[in-house]
Amino acid sequence: MTFFFEVLVTGLMVGIMYSLVALGFVLIFKASEVFNMAQGAMSLFAGLALVGFLDQYLQLPLWLALLCTVAVMTIWAYAIVFIVLKPLVARPPLMLFMATFGVAYLMEGIGQSIYGTQAKGLNLGIPDTPIVIGGIFMSTFDLFFTGVAAILVIGLVWFFQKTRTGRALRAVSDDHEAALSVGIPLLKAWTITWIVAGVVATVAGVAWGTRLGVQFSLTYIALKSLPVLIIGGLDSIPGAIIAGLIVGAGENLGEVFIGPYVGGGIQTFFPYLLALIVLYFRPYGLFGKEIIERV
Amino acid sequence: MARKLLSGIVALILVAGFIMISGQAMAAEEKKPEQFVGILAYRTGPFAAGGSGFSSGMEDFMALINARGGINGKIMYKWEECETAYNTARGVECYNRFKDKMAYVHPLSTGITYALIPKGTEDKIVIISSGYGRADASDGRVFPWVFTTPTNYWSQNTAKIKWIAMKEGWDGKDMANIGKYLKGLKIANLHIDVPYGQETKPILDSMSEKFGFKVRHFPVPWPGIDQKAQWLDIARRYKADWVINRNWGVSCTIPLKEAARLGFPREKILGVWWCGAEEDAMPAGPAAKGYYSTNFHGVGRDFPIIQEVVDKVYGAMKGNIAFTRVGTVYYNRGFIAGILNHEAILTAQKKFGIKVLTGEEFRWGMENLNVTVERIKEIGAEGLMQPMHNTWQDHEGGGVVFYQQWDGEKWVSTGEVITPMREYVRGLIEKSAAKYAKEKGIKLRTGP
Repeated sequence: MTFFFEVLVTGLMVGIMYSLVALGFVLIFKASEVFNMAQGAMSLFAGLALVGFLDQYLQLPLWLALLCTVAVMTIWAYAIVFIVLKPLVARPPLMLFMATFGVAYLMEGIGQSIYGTQAKGLNLGIPDTPIVIGGIFMSTFDLFFTGVAAILVIGLVWFFQKTRTGRALRAVSDDHEAALSVGIPLLKAWTITWIVAGVVATVAGVAWGTRLGVQFSLTYIALKSLPVLIIGGLDSIPGAIIAGLIVGAGENLGEVFIGPYVGGGIQTFFPYLLALIVLYFRPYGLFGKEIIERV
Repeated sequence: MARKLLSGIVALILVAGFIMISGQAMAAEEKKPEQFVGILAYRTGPFAAGGSGFSSGMEDFMALINARGGINGKIMYKWEECETAYNTARGVECYNRFKDKMAYVHPLSTGITYALIPKGTEDKIVIISSGYGRADASDGRVFPWVFTTPTNYWSQNTAKIKWIAMKEGWDGKDMANIGKYLKGLKIANLHIDVPYGQETKPILDSMSEKFGFKVRHFPVPWPGIDQKAQWLDIARRYKADWVINRNWGVSCTIPLKEAARLGFPREKILGVWWCGAEEDAMPAGPAAKGYYSTNFHGVGRDFPIIQEVVDKVYGAMKGNIAFTRVGTVYYNRGFIAGILNHEAILTAQKKFGIKVLTGEEFRWGMENLNVTVERIKEIGAEGLMQPMHNTWQDHEGGGVVFYQQWDGEKWVSTGEVITPMREYVRGLIEKSAAKYAKEKGIKLRTGP
């Protein structure tokens, strides 16, 4: 039984890491109804930039390197909104979605051109050793980032629910044209959203970059968050967190307890199986906003 | 006056034109024939570190030969890259682009190798999969156009099992009692779930039966960025004594991190030679210190031929990669691939004359390749590469396996050099190749 709980707890902590990436998708979708395919590339670029400031080009202290990285992601946010998205305002969402594909490739290419293709270590000084609680081995690193994710989520919920800017972003999300008509500047709202998504991507890039090393594969962490989005709902921050936990625990338990009977290696598609089951019963996800369009 | 000036200008133009034309003609006269090499590279994507190091190492070697005046002083190397991003479909497309010009190719991917074997056979282009690809392609009777020189995955795995037995107390000599040290051991084969990862399952299963150890395969779905479930199973439920890290790219690094989190000793993880580069260990930080991996060549720059590259290629600002990567594992692997190609060309030119070789002529060179210890010394690659001796039947070349350990900053050779279980592997290779031949209706070659 201890082993079962160890698998479960480990899965939950991995799930939090998936949620970190999924949050970036949710933020942008909430504000602009754009499914941002560049979210993984944003995490990659943030990780590369951080390593660049920390080790590769400059030897800045961690806090300053993090600030500089956020500044770089802010520049990206402005560039994406004003160069890529601005000409597409009022176009079908599919066009904006396709544009984010282009942004993803651009970020990957520019990132690799500037920082190289080699994997780079990222050490934040957080011990990566196990601690044993009730017979269960837990990683101090995972526990740390679980705490970071919790703080981030509380901050984001507060931002969207309690601040004037957050409410404006929600208004933009509900109806672009109506928001414009009451004086909410669309491009400004989008820019803020992309900056916040850039900050979330930085946190995800740091968390995953410390685990995997900062390298091209960081871009694939976006794939891991897709079932999270389907299960949690595309526009729900709490949904992204709870779905992340479901996916993390589900894939771990599935791989360990079902995998051996079917040849193993099922953890990639198992979350999608869960997602399809959820879609069957709740097409907008567990926490997604149900949109009713009248003919 | 004006007419004189005009005439002068016209005369000058004529003279300049004559000089230019005659200069070009002389240059054309001096231009040496070129041996074309198509390079299936991957400088982008998740495996770019390996692809860029290998390709650049091979290119730097060719640049060195060109700087010396060419192959036998008469033929220059000419190469062109095609980006595959480690994608099989793109690899095949790149092959098709080059196939009319090249005599040999390194697919640099087991998946691409599998796809190119029938094509190379049809087009008479030699497929060289040094230390990767199909292990049974070492049987030249069934796979006349494929070479695994200097050694294949199955051989490597027998050498790994011998090494594990040695760590358990075996003397490394008496094969009759190796089973005594292996019996009851639990070995986890942690492999990326692609053809490359699956390639060694049969040999490990076979050795498990033969020597009495237990092996369980733990597939990691591509790209292998999360292996928590596998590691919980390996360390907590299966309780493995040893883990073979048979991954690629980022999935090589993750096991080191996961092992550290679970308190599994990293000294009990032995990596395939594609998990034994700086790029695999460095991102894991302190979690990698003490990790072992195999290799089939030397690491570093302390070899006369690499020093010559530093002087003549990088000194002339003609290097093909960042200078800091010269001497790293993947770079050196590509570099010795370049030496291997070159030695095969020199062998073939002894028979066919100094000329640009066709695929058939190059294959003859590969099948008669004999790189001796003396020759390696002459090349200036002592310690960098190992002797190789192919025949028309044996396309593997009798290589050995080196071992190295990560000291936290760099790979350090352990000094162990282990000969694979040759006869045992050869038996399995012939059996597997015969099965392939039967399936494909291939008639076995009976002579060179």
